[in-house]
Amino acid sequence: MIADHYPALQIVIPLLCAPVCMLVRYRDWSWAVALFGSWASLAISWELLLQVQGAGVISYEMGNWAPPFGIEYRIDPINAFVLLIVSAIGAVVIPYARESVKREFGVNRVYFFYTSYLLCLAGLLGVTITGDAFNLFVFLEISSLSSYVLIALGRDRRALVASYQYLVMGTIGATFIVIAIGLLYAETGTLNMADLAKILAEQPTSRTIGAAFGFMVVGVSLKLALFPLHLWLPNAYSFAPSVVSAFLAATATKVAVYVLLRFLFSIFNVELSFGVMPLDTILLVLSVIAMFAASAVAIYQKNLKRMLAYSSVAQIGYMVLGISFANVSGLMACILHLFNHALMKGGMFLALGCIFYRIASVRLESMAGMGRRMPLTAAAFLIGGLGLIGVPLTVGFISKWYLVEGALARGWWPVAILILLSSLLAVVYVWRIVEVMYMRPVPEDAPEIEEAPPSMLIPTWILIGASVYFAIDTELTVGVAKEAATLLLGGAK
Amino acid sequence: MHIAVGLYNYWIVVFLMMAGFYIVVAQGNFIKKIVGLNVFQASVFLLYISLGKVAGGTAPIIGEGIQTYSNPLPHVLILTAIVVGVATTALGLALVVRINEAYGSIEEDEIHKQDSES
Repeated sequence: MIADHYPALQIVIPLLCAPVCMLVRYRDWSWAVALFGSWASLAISWELLLQVQGAGVISYEMGNWAPPFGIEYRIDPINAFVLLIVSAIGAVVIPYARESVKREFGVNRVYFFYTSYLLCLAGLLGVTITGDAFNLFVFLEISSLSSYVLIALGRDRRALVASYQYLVMGTIGATFIVIAIGLLYAETGTLNMADLAKILAEQPTSRTIGAAFGFMVVGVSLKLALFPLHLWLPNAYSFAPSVVSAFLAATATKVAVYVLLRFLFSIFNVELSFGVMPLDTILLVLSVIAMFAASAVAIYQKNLKRMLAYSSVAQIGYMVLGISFANVSGLMACILHLFNHALMKGGMFLALGCIFYRIASVRLESMAGMGRRMPLTAAAFLIGGLGLIGVPLTVGFISKWYLVEGALARGWWPVAILILLSSLLAVVYVWRIVEVMYMRPVPEDAPEIEEAPPSMLIPTWILIGASVYFAIDTELTVGVAKEAATLLLGGAK
Repeated sequence: MHIAVGLYNYWIVVFLMMAGFYIVVAQGNFIKKIVGLNVFQASVFLLYISLGKVAGGTAPIIGEGIQTYSNPLPHVLILTAIVVGVATTALGLALVVRINEAYGSIEEDEIHKQDSES
């Protein structure tokens, strides 16, 4: 009985927990509410994934209004998987947040964090689960507005400016998406995604649809920080509180990538996206530049959070590169890397948060001898870094494997070589840190420090451990990714 | 002639959109950027409202002698978008207040200068 309403509960639980969090205010209680909200979301999204694998696409009619007029929540293997990623990261981050947030915000302000975190989670899950184009915009704005707040909670005053810049660029992106949805509505008279897909497939491409397509791609690219629209990302990630960087890096851009996939393949069809519009070439060029330019910039960063942020821009390049191949292996690489990068980057940001908790710095020069001062944290960071490079036995290898396969299947072997070359840049920026952490002696005036508290260390290792586990046991991830990629390419029904 | 005059509302939309976008990009003052953002968003509201309007149509009410009525859906959608716009503006202005407290300025150049010095 209640199982029929999981799609609604997925959104409603975190959304309702948010005001409750605001009302209870008291620090550990608001933490407990957030813990309940995020763990319940995880349980529901796991159930939904199982249901989808068993029974196929789930269509949930919000308030019993039948689609295409009512709002439909539609869950297929693709968004079930993204839901699981988002809620899993959310669930891992919250136990970690307890200590970290207290230290970074001051004990009396923690409920601000938990409230906006829950709203952000509800927004991200909503974007993923909905089958209605306008509803997607509303949820996107819920998640974006709360992430501006989350970033502005950073201690450094530069966090305010970073948040402001993100707000301006994010709003422009969202407004572009609304324009696109408006033009699509003008042409088709519907907002339901499945209905849109059906009508668009029957119509020849008019200028209105072309314009809608352009606005949509640019708007979503702003949200997912595709080069050269990534300018908001490095500042936002480097000045946000540690937990926020980890949570946003692992979820926000991933959901935007999902939106791009959904629109390019499910709503507009492959023929329109890559035949009528030359999007494959554009995405190919931009993502290759992102892989090289952002990795090269990452090499010169002294602030490790900023380095990870630039590396995120490069890694988003890999995902978009997978989309540009428009074949099964390419899309599988994209979806796998969504998951894998969330684990690695989330884990690395959490590890940095552990270091920041102890020494209140994320500068490269203060990392000297960290391999001996905080061995477990440094090891987690190292394994995450190996994953970014794509070393075998880490998840990064799996996604790069399918990416190279996709490039070869498309006959673009120079691109395959570029993928391998760009990994060398990752070797450089990861090695710099390994060198400082493990080869340099502990400075003599450095105070004696302990490992991070277990409540922070365990979540970090859960993500890093998962990033190794899913490299060895690829059955779940590759299976789901394959199903999702085939579905996307087979036309959305 | 039809394109120039008959679609005048769309011309206004395009003009406002470009003007707002230009303000956001060209202005260094954080408040002016928010104003630009608002103009930009308002143009989209007008776009949606124009889409829903049927010439000679009334509000969608069942009653004597009412034959044609405008499409209410885009209008309702834009109510939601207005709420989102208000929330964005409020948050943006709140951030500007905090920035002013932290830096003593809301000019982009001045703030970058302070950051690069520190």
